[in-house]
Amino acid sequence: MSSLLRLATAGSVDDGKSTLVGRLLYDTKSVLADQLDAVQRASVDRGLSTPDLSLLVDGLRSEREQGITIDVAYRYFATPKRSFVLADTPGHVQYTRNTVTGASTAQLAVLLVDARKGVVEQTRRHAAVLALLGVPRLVLAVNKVDLIGYDEAAFTVIAKEFAAHASSLGYSEGSVLAIPVSALVGDNVATRSENTPWYTGPTLLEHLENVPVAPDPHEAPFRFPVQYVIRPRTPEYPDYRGYAGQIAAGTVRPGDEVVVLPRGLRTTVERVDTPDGQLEEAGAGSSVTVLLADDLDIARGDLIASAADRPEVTDAFTAALCWLSTKSLQPGARVLVKHGARTVQAMVEELNSRFDEQALSIVEGPDSLELNEIGSVKLRLSEEIPVDDYATSARTGAFLVIDPKDGDTLAAGLVGERFSALGGSEQE
Amino acid sequence: MTTLEAATDAARDNLIALESEAVHIFREVAGEFDRPVILFSGGKDSTLLLHLAIKAFWPAPVPFPLLHVDTGHNFEEVIDFRDRVVEKYGLRLVVAHVQDWIDDGRLVERPDGTRNPLQTQPLLDTIAEHKFDAVFGGGRRDEERARAKERIFSLRNAFGQWDPRRQRPELWNLYNGRHRPGEHVRVFPLSNWTEADVWNYIAREGVDLPSIYYAHKRKVYRRDGMWLTEGPWGGPREGEKVEELTVRYRTVGDGSCTGAVESTASTVEDVIAEVQASRLTERGATRADDRLSEAAMEDRKREGYF
Ligand SMILES: Nc1nc2c(ncn2[C@@H]2O[C@H](COP(=O)(O)OP(=O)(O)OP(=O)(O)O)[C@@H](O)[C@H]2O)c(=O)[nH]1
Ligand SMILES: [Mg+2]
Repeated sequence: MSSLLRLATAGSVDDGKSTLVGRLLYDTKSVLADQLDAVQRASVDRGLSTPDLSLLVDGLRSEREQGITIDVAYRYFATPKRSFVLADTPGHVQYTRNTVTGASTAQLAVLLVDARKGVVEQTRRHAAVLALLGVPRLVLAVNKVDLIGYDEAAFTVIAKEFAAHASSLGYSEGSVLAIPVSALVGDNVATRSENTPWYTGPTLLEHLENVPVAPDPHEAPFRFPVQYVIRPRTPEYPDYRGYAGQIAAGTVRPGDEVVVLPRGLRTTVERVDTPDGQLEEAGAGSSVTVLLADDLDIARGDLIASAADRPEVTDAFTAALCWLSTKSLQPGARVLVKHGARTVQAMVEELNSRFDEQALSIVEGPDSLELNEIGSVKLRLSEEIPVDDYATSARTGAFLVIDPKDGDTLAAGLVGERFSALGGSEQE
Repeated sequence: MTTLEAATDAARDNLIALESEAVHIFREVAGEFDRPVILFSGGKDSTLLLHLAIKAFWPAPVPFPLLHVDTGHNFEEVIDFRDRVVEKYGLRLVVAHVQDWIDDGRLVERPDGTRNPLQTQPLLDTIAEHKFDAVFGGGRRDEERARAKERIFSLRNAFGQWDPRRQRPELWNLYNGRHRPGEHVRVFPLSNWTEADVWNYIAREGVDLPSIYYAHKRKVYRRDGMWLTEGPWGGPREGEKVEELTVRYRTVGDGSCTGAVESTASTVEDVIAEVQASRLTERGATRADDRLSEAAMEDRKREGYF
């Protein structure tokens, strides 16, 4: 079992995400005395009789003033079973880009709904974003069950409706779990509630501690974006030339046949170096320095890949975009694409379709893509780059869309026909 | 495998992952920026930062200079340590002396004598003077809840200010370092480290630290619930009793507002045990500057503080 779980919250504004995170931290004794004192004082100032645990995470002044989350908060906690990196994201539609930020690296998302309201527009929007990003597991936390008298029937209706929705988005039955919780009172968060005798599943914490998570893609073919060329030219290392980077997928060993893309130069790995010594093997996620058998001209932005299983090298591809900017996207727009360690100029040649995340249908040929919309585009680049399908290699299938004028990040980009995975394909 | 072995394995994997992430961030900045600089005070987080930078570019030298904003309220052991490290690795150190800004009237001394808040102006002036475009800081998200909201690449406007509402989405491990002339980016490679991670890594790597991080005898006096020590920033006021205690420092900042904690932890292993058992955060235990108000850290960050 993996020792670390990266998770993010999601769900509509005020559904109780930050309170739930505060509750998890509090019940796992991850809150230190001075932090709790500060929350207690602030709660008293606000006229509350019990401490408002959301104040543990809503760390900005304007968040506390408005009682909403604006930006992602990252918190770290551990139980004897596992360590957790938790991103608490905002529910407000205006800050969806921050939710995408928190979810992009998550292995599991806790999607909250208010038991009184059930699945709402923003729940569906977040579910679509999580499916698009390929977050492998979901928990539907049906929160505030204290306000519906711990009613089993109401819980079941919401859980069923969501299960059907998630299944349309491509989630298998086993990858989604619904839990009735009260973040405020603590029911089924870290301790089993006596108020919900009809619920026999795990508490949220039990589930988080035990849920299997996909390991890093060690099985995948080797992908290594060259970040930096290390050439000391010192008396001690006059001829050293190493290619530094973080392995995006697969593993590498000395002797492996590789190809340097986009130019397609073939060579062999001579050494895998670290300051702590040479490695016999290094896998996805490791930052290493690779030395090659041949003296080739390789620079930042190149990709070293398995010679046997190499990515496509192309200057045109289809991709899904999750649009994160208030500036809308029109076909013909000129943008920058940051992929791996390479940034290239690009043009959005066609805006093929938009995914209607409410109806789960595909809208062909939209005029534009607006804030928080998900679209499928055809991109043309100024030069060829090596790309993988996001579904097979997320780290080499992901890219940023950047505004060349002011440098803003406009969209999260995912190489490939992502919409077929989102279950919208039948309506095409 | 026993549970203990599994837990030890897990902890080691976690440190390797954190190290790889930090190294990746250093290399991204080296690849994308023209004039990066590492903020280096000689404290534990900045020492760790430098240790990781050295690993990121090994066997080549670190391709950035260091910058220390010196309040003049220093612990001697820390300045000695700073200078030894700079010498050992052949680095270039730029020092901005807060005293110079006070002497020529660009800053005025505060009535309470604390110089921590006075660091911002010299920092921003020095960044502008040297045209630094990326500034590495040792800030960690677990230090404080406004810091928990910080990106790894944090864009600062031409006045060095942090605007949480303007922060860019930060997706996967793709960092967008674009900025307009005059703007710069603060980069936090230790964002995802906790205080316990820092100490476990220091133990694993055998990183050398200034001696004041370990238990020693010191003359201290009590103020605002903290053990302060005498120094160039002043000493006990009337009625404040001086005692000799065995203490260590959990954080090191401006001497006038950094408190010592009572501790007998004289080795890195002792410190790890102590941190694990502590019921207070490191800032809560030792920093008067964070206690000023509910949003003290956020306000300083907005003005351009680290
Ligand atoms: N009765 C009850 N109230 C709750 C529960 N969970 C949260 N609340 C209340 O719901 C309100 C919103 O809670 P938050 O935790 O701030 O909601 P959020 O989802 O983080 O909101 P955003 O981050 O702004 O999207 C607060 O007043 C909470 O006290 C619950 O289980 N029961
Ligand atoms: Mg919230």
